Amino acid sequence: MAFTRQDVDYIAKLARITLSDDEQKNFTRQLDSILEYVNKLNELDTDSVEPTAHILPVQNVFREDEVKPCADSKLAVEQSPELRDGLFIVPPVIE
Amino acid sequence: MEFEPVIGLEVHVQLNTKSKLFCSCATVFGAEPNTQVCPVCLGHPGVLPVMNRKALEYAVLCGLALNCSISRFSKFDRKNYFYPDLPKNYQVSQFDKPFCYNGFVTIHVDGKDKRIGVTRAHLEEDAGKLLHSDAGAGSGVDFNRTGIPLLEIVSEPDISSPEEAYAYLTALKSIIGYLDISDCNMEEGSLRCDANVSIRPKGQKEFGVKAEIKNMNSFRGVLKAVSYEIDRQTEVLLCGGKVVQETRLWDADKNMTFSMRSKEEAHDYRYFPEPDLVPVVLTEANIEEIRKYLPELPSARMKRFVMDYGITEYDAEVLTGDKKLADYYEDCTRLFNDYKSISNWIQSELLRELNDRKLPVTASSVCPKKLTDMLRLIQNGTISGKIAKTVFAQMFETGKDADTIIKEKGLVQISDPDELKKIIADVIDSNGSIVDDYKGGKEKSFMFLVGQVMKATKGKANPQVVNQMLKDAIG
Amino acid sequence: MDIFNQTACQLIKMLQSKEITSRQLVESVIDRIGAVDSKINAFVYVDNTAALEKADEIDARRANGEPLGALAGIPVALKDNLLYCRRPVTCASNILKGYYSSYNATVVEKLIGADAVIIGVANMDEFAMGSSCETSCYGPSRNPWNQDCITGGSSGGSAAAVAADETILALGSDTGGSIRQPSALCGVVGMKPTYGRVSRYGLVAFASSLDQIGPITKSVADNALLLQVISGYDHRDSTSINEDVPDYSASLGESIKGLKIGIPKEYFLYGMDSDIETATKKAIETFQQLGAQPVEISLPYTEYAIATYYIIATAEASANLARFDGVRYGNRAKDADNLIDMYCKTKSQGFGAEVKRRILLGTYVLSSGYYDAYYKKAQKVRTLIRDDFSKAFQKVDCIVAPTSPTSAFKIGEKIDDPLTMYLSDIFTISLNLAGLPGISIPCGFSKDSLPIGLQIIGKPFDESTILRAAYAFEQNTVFHTQKPNLV
Repeated sequence: MAFTRQDVDYIAKLARITLSDDEQKNFTRQLDSILEYVNKLNELDTDSVEPTAHILPVQNVFREDEVKPCADSKLAVEQSPELRDGLFIVPPVIE
Repeated sequence: MEFEPVIGLEVHVQLNTKSKLFCSCATVFGAEPNTQVCPVCLGHPGVLPVMNRKALEYAVLCGLALNCSISRFSKFDRKNYFYPDLPKNYQVSQFDKPFCYNGFVTIHVDGKDKRIGVTRAHLEEDAGKLLHSDAGAGSGVDFNRTGIPLLEIVSEPDISSPEEAYAYLTALKSIIGYLDISDCNMEEGSLRCDANVSIRPKGQKEFGVKAEIKNMNSFRGVLKAVSYEIDRQTEVLLCGGKVVQETRLWDADKNMTFSMRSKEEAHDYRYFPEPDLVPVVLTEANIEEIRKYLPELPSARMKRFVMDYGITEYDAEVLTGDKKLADYYEDCTRLFNDYKSISNWIQSELLRELNDRKLPVTASSVCPKKLTDMLRLIQNGTISGKIAKTVFAQMFETGKDADTIIKEKGLVQISDPDELKKIIADVIDSNGSIVDDYKGGKEKSFMFLVGQVMKATKGKANPQVVNQMLKDAIG
Repeated sequence: MDIFNQTACQLIKMLQSKEITSRQLVESVIDRIGAVDSKINAFVYVDNTAALEKADEIDARRANGEPLGALAGIPVALKDNLLYCRRPVTCASNILKGYYSSYNATVVEKLIGADAVIIGVANMDEFAMGSSCETSCYGPSRNPWNQDCITGGSSGGSAAAVAADETILALGSDTGGSIRQPSALCGVVGMKPTYGRVSRYGLVAFASSLDQIGPITKSVADNALLLQVISGYDHRDSTSINEDVPDYSASLGESIKGLKIGIPKEYFLYGMDSDIETATKKAIETFQQLGAQPVEISLPYTEYAIATYYIIATAEASANLARFDGVRYGNRAKDADNLIDMYCKTKSQGFGAEVKRRILLGTYVLSSGYYDAYYKKAQKVRTLIRDDFSKAFQKVDCIVAPTSPTSAFKIGEKIDDPLTMYLSDIFTISLNLAGLPGISIPCGFSKDSLPIGLQIIGKPFDESTILRAAYAFEQNTVFHTQKPNLV
């Protein structure tokens, strides 16, 4: 199951990253060797093992349904690269 | 060849919690853009979500009302995709452990009950609103809506006609209205519906290829879009074509669905467990605690209305469809004992006035007390049923009670024979030939004479008294 | 004797006895930064004005006899991935240049509450992805002991700043060794607390299930002091633990007689520099002389830790870093025709090679058809690794191992070979997967006179025991007293 240029292209597209030719070449090679290394996990029989999503035995953490005005909201909104009439402006969405 | 449709609905319901699902921002509809936001719901670096307890309770409550099993262990997952209305570029949702699963909604179509399965109901965060502008100047994003709790209710493909789809949505909205966990306003977007539609030759077990229909903004729109889509797919198949799996948008102006085209670069959402949130583990006791808040639901209430008030199933269904309307009806029944008459007046006059003005029943200027006071005036003969309609319209318009309007407008019914004697005599005199017709056995002529008396009294004459006096006079 | 090269515990006494003022202390540290940081590149920025103002405020309050916090007047450096309201934070990435925080991280709030003086922001690997501090957009920090060598990473700036006496205390973050490894390579004390001990609110996430903030200090006592300030439950972090925080300083001096110290036999199989092996074995002897009892233990799944880690960490990172898209904040590529073009250009211009590599790897292991083979498999092996430790801790009170298989290597030596770089995390990574606390303390020097670190690993939420063991070791050795010669 070798990792190919097509694989790199596909995930780069999913991750919304444009790669230069060099990057494409290097990443294909590097990810291939990393994945080959990572495949050593297949040596292990884990059929009866529960996956760990959380290392802590913590559950049921909630907050109450209360509105708290946020003092930092303006500061956060102001960071927008482009703000018009209170809206975050983005380039045209072409489907 | 005959085809049958297979329809499944995905309904998103915005829960009406005061604050958002994972932060303490307000959720009020219609606020100025980006004023109900904070670093958390804007997806700034370093922020973490903390779950709103009420949202969980609402989700479980809804699950119970939809006859679902409630998961003892649930968790959240990240659904990864890029869109500018999604601040983190992943949506916190539930993938394989939703809060509720395996339920059903009973619908009533063509006089028959049918169960529509509910596959699952899970909680997720809403996205913001992308406001497209023309002329390629880009789009604007408002994140006020981002992070409002959404309950996604997924039906089984049990729906087999556009009418059933409509009935399912109506039933769902009714139940959620009873729970008071959402405004369920499709125009404001607090209820959204996508439909998966496919058709197959009658009798075939396998499903056909489905299209996902989006962008419907009313229940009637869903009805029309699904009908259109069934027709479209039927035509494609009859012409020897193939239905393509795709997303189609409903255009309410053109009454058509359109393919979204290109966007379908195969979705690869890369779900994985949300590490920033911990699992939710519910015990039997937790669930029973929430069950206590389950009110009498529409179907039960309908049956009770038929039993307790002796009204028809149809009337009971109309009255119980909206909890507030049913409450209104029951308030009336405590004040007046002609339950059938109350039901008729609510369904004809009251609902018409409300619908004309697009008002909810809670905003009616005629309260149960005023309505039943008026009905009592009909019962005791003070006004006729016909005059009452005018009175009611005035009541609704002005907010005054029936008594006041009757007095102001002099609408009290004339039942005094002395007052009517002269008028009846005049009518007989000036309609000699018609009187003869009646005497000759033409029953209809009698009604004409009554009508003439009513006309002369501007409708105020008591019809029973007029009938009797006319009969006596003509002999 | 200079002020800047004292420990926090010493300085607190000097401040309390009015032997020095906070202003003198802060000035001394600022001067030191001015004198040596051009060689070390530990800081991304230093806020002299704010630091001096704060120092004056503390001095005034002290003069008035007002009550003061535990770190009153003590300079602390933040890693460049901790949010401090209205201050820049970049994660050493071009994509965030120009961005400033709109709120305070919980740890920053706690530092402010303890009257600490936040002196500046320390360099790091971009988005904490790296083991050498070479992936920073500001260029690598340089090891104070040999400026041709790396500091380790990702908290390289924090560790180097402490080692070079450019700050008294520093905070780092540790996802796979990012506090302990640079601490070892720079000859200072660094602790990764138990997952859940310190709130992650306001720490820019790399891998949410592994990240933890921790103290980097000149001494074990300082480490206990700073850990005390930053620990505790936070309602804003659902994964923070609502448990009492013990008094870490109180138990420091207690004897370690009878303490059972686990020696994981597998750790000596995977190849480490002979200097490291020698120093580690000597350290074990020292513990033995102090009355501790070494016990050989087995952590059989150790060899799978790196593979497991690089799947889980990159998967989480691929989602965590998706938000840097130029829409709401940060740098947006200028010349984009449409939205997708803007995303792609913003990310390819904004992220460095290592970050891209990890996002791609993480995207791949989660993508359709591979989830079970990679991500789910890794989560299962994570269970096995955690169970390894649980079993071991039935027999021992703590575990002793090297922090890093090598001492600091040359800048540029491994940067083009990511896998080799990843393999150097072998001794630190398992703790993050198991959520355990670990501390790295100086335990010797290589033949090239570069520091060597010893790692002490504890049971969950038992930072006290590893601090006590570390303190006992430190008090009976001289490694921590040695300073790099910088001027």
